[in-house]
Amino acid sequence: MLGYLIRRILAAIPVMGVVALFVFLLLRLTPGDPAAILAGDNATPEQLDRIRTSLGLNEPLYTQFITWIGKLLHGDFGVSLISNVPVITMIGNRIEPTISIALSTIILTVIVAVPLGVVAAWKHGTWVDRFVMALSVIGFSVPVFVIGYVLIQVFAIDLRWLPVQGYRSFARGFGPFFERIALPTLALSFIYIALIARMTRAAMLDVLDEDYIRTARAKGIAEHGVLLRHALRNAAVPVITVIGTGFALLISGVVVTETVFNLPGIGRLTVDAVLARDYPVIQAMILLTSGIYVAVNLLIDLSYTLLDPRIRY
Amino acid sequence: MTANTTTASSSAPVILDVNDLVTSIGTKPDAHRIIDGVSLQVRQGETLCVVGESGSGKSVTSLTVMGLLPKKVLVPTRGKITLAGEDILSATDRRLRQLRATTMAMIFQEPMTALNPVVPVGKQIDEVLRAHTNLDARARRERILAMMEQVRLPDVARIFKSYPHQLSGGQRQRIMIAMALVLEPKLLIADEPTTALDVTTQKQILSLIRDLQRDHGTAVLFITHDMGVVAEIADRVVVMRKGKVVETGALDAVLRAPTMEYTRNLLASVPSLIPRAARPASSEPIVLETDGLGKVYRQRSMFGDAREVAAAQNVTLTLRKGRTLGIVGESGSGKSTVARCIVRLIDPTSGEVRLGGQDISTLSRPALRPHRKRIQIVFQDPYRSLNPRVTVGETIAEGPVNYGVPHAEAIKRAGELLELVDLPADAITRYPHQFSGGQRQRIAIARALALDPDVLVADEAVSALDVSVQAQVLDLLDEIQTRLGIALLFITHDLRVAAQICDEVVVMQHGRVVEQGPAGEILTNPQQAYTKQLLEAAPGRHWDFANFRPVATAPHDTTAPI
Repeated sequence: MLGYLIRRILAAIPVMGVVALFVFLLLRLTPGDPAAILAGDNATPEQLDRIRTSLGLNEPLYTQFITWIGKLLHGDFGVSLISNVPVITMIGNRIEPTISIALSTIILTVIVAVPLGVVAAWKHGTWVDRFVMALSVIGFSVPVFVIGYVLIQVFAIDLRWLPVQGYRSFARGFGPFFERIALPTLALSFIYIALIARMTRAAMLDVLDEDYIRTARAKGIAEHGVLLRHALRNAAVPVITVIGTGFALLISGVVVTETVFNLPGIGRLTVDAVLARDYPVIQAMILLTSGIYVAVNLLIDLSYTLLDPRIRY
Repeated sequence: MTANTTTASSSAPVILDVNDLVTSIGTKPDAHRIIDGVSLQVRQGETLCVVGESGSGKSVTSLTVMGLLPKKVLVPTRGKITLAGEDILSATDRRLRQLRATTMAMIFQEPMTALNPVVPVGKQIDEVLRAHTNLDARARRERILAMMEQVRLPDVARIFKSYPHQLSGGQRQRIMIAMALVLEPKLLIADEPTTALDVTTQKQILSLIRDLQRDHGTAVLFITHDMGVVAEIADRVVVMRKGKVVETGALDAVLRAPTMEYTRNLLASVPSLIPRAARPASSEPIVLETDGLGKVYRQRSMFGDAREVAAAQNVTLTLRKGRTLGIVGESGSGKSTVARCIVRLIDPTSGEVRLGGQDISTLSRPALRPHRKRIQIVFQDPYRSLNPRVTVGETIAEGPVNYGVPHAEAIKRAGELLELVDLPADAITRYPHQFSGGQRQRIAIARALALDPDVLVADEAVSALDVSVQAQVLDLLDEIQTRLGIALLFITHDLRVAAQICDEVVVMQHGRVVEQGPAGEILTNPQQAYTKQLLEAAPGRHWDFANFRPVATAPHDTTAPI
């Protein structure tokens, strides 16, 4: 197990290397002078010179790459061209809301969607099943910003139960933190609940047809034991895969929610950086997102070995 | 009823009484009846065999008793089932759950899939005790280990913690039996419990069930399609067909003097273990030869050492035009590997395969192409080996078209081939799902013949078929061989089938040839211990079913039936 873990981490190095190379070339191979791109339209020749020297653009390409990687490894992602703040600091300031929302969304999703899927599969073909499926179609079809604005209208403006928008760090108390992530979490959860409930139902339906389910019933154990102990654990592998991928997608895809609820997360940071052509930030965000995907996939694979003893690496 | 002819058990109390049972698809009055008025009784300490072909309703009968029918799909609509004096069709779900494992228990056909793959087997048995007893953890564990020893599992402490995939098929079935019998139920329902097992394992499991039944006085309802197994284990027999009981009686009475036409036909279809009369030696040309054929699988790992598994080693065989060569062996013996190497579906790692004198074992894919049509294969499962979305005619014509025959001509030829395999000419425009298993296997044979091969490889081609259909397909192969002079390479685990169709036999075990020679010699006077063991394990070898009498025991054979 430990050996496998080490091998998987080693195997992630070339993957991240390729991503880093791509990110590096993104700037260097863009048509035109990178320094001119970085400096913007109104740059003076002196400014251009300074940028060239600071980026080492006068050096050969491979020297530039090695220097750049070396800096990355020391946590130096460069400095934002717009705000002149180190990129690592910018991301550090903005990552908490995003991670908080992603985690709370996944937790809510699992708590709601997995039981829904299990019950739908158990009551396959009945009104319960059809009801859950109808809910999931709705969850899929309504855009997240529509849900978000409806939630704000109802809970924040009409009922005045929760604040309209903004973010309060977890470090400043759970109450205010919870009040502010509740609505974004709800809004974001809809589509994931729809997805995971469907996945769980499909996986459970497959498993419930298996011979060992018949064996379990023939033993005379109660139905909830059949469903949870025998069926759900066998159905878990595909469900976990989707949950993991969903989490990674959440991190990189919360921008709409962050905009609707005015949360200072990394989704908006990225969009702002793209609009402003803030290349160091864009590069760092690509690297960060890839890193999260690699890590999540590793966790998914490790969870397989815990769930299914037949999977051994 | 001829129950009065049974032995000691006729005075024992009736444990299971099924009376005029009807099980239908849905509850509508005109619903199709899967079980139509079945009555049967099983007494304490007695084994009742329910025998029938696929679709006879034998499994549905047992699932109805257990209350395990798919809800609202199959429904018992008439009749009464009494288990140890209790009416169980009107019992609540809760009461049924209590009865399962304590009063009635069941073991299933597929030990590979009947156990939960992600739970250790000891824990799976433990669930039965946790659901039905108040024993503490230590007492439960002791009882489970004792039960595991009773079903003759080795090293029970290790197996207790093992997962199903770490055990062999026979061991898994022992676990299933331990799970079923741990609470000493009055009734054990065994639904084809040995069908998926090798004959030597089957023999052990059958004798295990027998012994446990004797020790515990269990009533056993044993479902099987195999007359050989019936002859080994039954006290009484119920023959079922299309949801109805055709005949009931004591074992001896049914085997010796069946009263119904259907039973007679069923028994007559069971191939005899006594090899058919040998054909005169052939001097026809050799069409297929292998020389030292071997296949080694290498599993490379990133850091550790490479593992090697020899699936077949040093297989040398010869097949002449118009003859039939059988490769027999249990699962894992390498018989299918050899067949697939010969057809070059997989690439052999050593030795030669000569087709009409030309070695094809190392030819590249393009160079192999002209040779492909000379050797064709028919697979085991006719339900999966035909493309469901392609018409029968197109399936048969595809091969010739690939070799440049004009499409219209190939279709015309397909029609002729369908006639050759006794299928109606209009089959050509229909799809595989419109045919039964036996008909599909005929289609698969027609497809193979479309290329005019010199050699036809049949890889367990009749193993998935009911005996009556099996007999017809074997007759068909025989007839085709006589008419076309084709050579047959017949892969089978079933010695009865081998005895009836093969001129020569190759016996394989663990990837090696154990013994080979004329079928008449190998199957009546085997020289090697393994071949003897295989023959002795063949169920019902003391019965000559087709002639309704026991086999006159050969002088050297002193083993008694189990």
